[in-house]
Amino acid sequence: MTRLMRAGLVALMLAPALAPAWAWAGEGEGMPQLNFANSLTGSQVVWLAIIFAIFYVLLSRVALPQVAQVLEQRSATIAGDLEAARGAKEQADLAVQELTLATRKAHADAQAAIAAAVAEAKAEAARHAVQLNQTLEAQLAAAEQQITAARGTAMAALRDVATETASAMVQRLASVAAPRETVDLAVGAVLAGRG
Amino acid sequence: MAAEKSTIDALGQFHLDTGLGAIGRSVNFANSNVMMVVAAALVLLALHYGMRRRAVVPGRLQALAEIGYQFIHDMCVEQIGEEGKRFFPFVFALFFFILIGNLIGLFPYFFTFTSHIAVTGALAVLVIVLVTAVALRIHGLHFFSYFWPEGAPVVLAPLIVPIEIISYISRPVSLSIRLFANMTAGHVMFEVFATFMLMLVGALGAFGYVLALGPLVINIALMGFEVLVAFLQAYVFAVLTCIYLHDAVHLH
Repeated sequence: MTRLMRAGLVALMLAPALAPAWAWAGEGEGMPQLNFANSLTGSQVVWLAIIFAIFYVLLSRVALPQVAQVLEQRSATIAGDLEAARGAKEQADLAVQELTLATRKAHADAQAAIAAAVAEAKAEAARHAVQLNQTLEAQLAAAEQQITAARGTAMAALRDVATETASAMVQRLASVAAPRETVDLAVGAVLAGRG
Repeated sequence: MAAEKSTIDALGQFHLDTGLGAIGRSVNFANSNVMMVVAAALVLLALHYGMRRRAVVPGRLQALAEIGYQFIHDMCVEQIGEEGKRFFPFVFALFFFILIGNLIGLFPYFFTFTSHIAVTGALAVLVIVLVTAVALRIHGLHFFSYFWPEGAPVVLAPLIVPIEIISYISRPVSLSIRLFANMTAGHVMFEVFATFMLMLVGALGAFGYVLALGPLVINIALMGFEVLVAFLQAYVFAVLTCIYLHDAVHLH
């Protein structure tokens, strides 16, 4: 029954391709595939089972694990390399960060040093100026004192000169010798009047 | 040759004979079995020599082996799900056994074992037995609910259940006949057109040589088409196996 059904289905599917074959095949054995009188038709299936079983066992036990191992190894290698690269990048990033920090710190240090130097220089200059001022003031004061002293001396000398001049003028004009004390008093009064 | 008899012996190429001389005769080792051994050995050798160097950056043969591995592995995981990894070696064996069988069958004088319904039928039965076993193992008797779509009216049970059972049983039938018919048809076409060339030359002499260019061109185009079919049918067989396994693992 199954054989008939199978043959029918096969004939139906192969009709277009086999039309000439059926016509010309003549009175041979028909399709060798369906010639079950040939013991080889059945025995090849037994050998197929043996061959396929060995094939399957060799594939699943030896050949395919070999491929799987290599594929795994490769993905592991790639993953490891990626991991290493990621680590290196992290380290580089860290180094860059450190460098940036160091640069910034150095910059700040330099800035501070400059500011300190400037401040010191300014303080120095200020101190210098104060000192200079003091010296100048002291000199000024000394000069003023000298001037005052000179003036006092000159003023004291002026009375003598004026007294003598007045005595001399009185001598010439009135031909009298005026007493020195009187002239001196008169000059003193005039000088006091002039301020 | 067939031309001498002026008939086209398109089916003679599928005739089973014993291989390996006297030893093969004594154990009924057919010429198709020789090609099975060749196909299996080619796959195993390609994998072995390809992966021998275990290079991180693969060479050609290793890339081929890895692409084949990834291709079937992805197919299993995509079609079946995470559980598909367990069936990966089986699907891999099935796909490459059929693919290499189809491809080496395209060489002249090489026997195409996938053109035999007994072979494709056995492979299909293997698939369906595995699928049923997996389903029974995972779901136990609950597996039989597969033949009963959820929410269907009970009145229709006598109609639906037989249909579902027939569709389940027809899986290996369609699986085996699809591969067998495709390979047989392609090889019959080769034989028909090639013999037609000889007949033209035999009948028409010098003029026949000119006319024979027609079937020659057709056969060249056919060869390209058959290479495509070889890949396609192996792929279809493997994908359908995966889909059936998905049904077995997940039920619907």
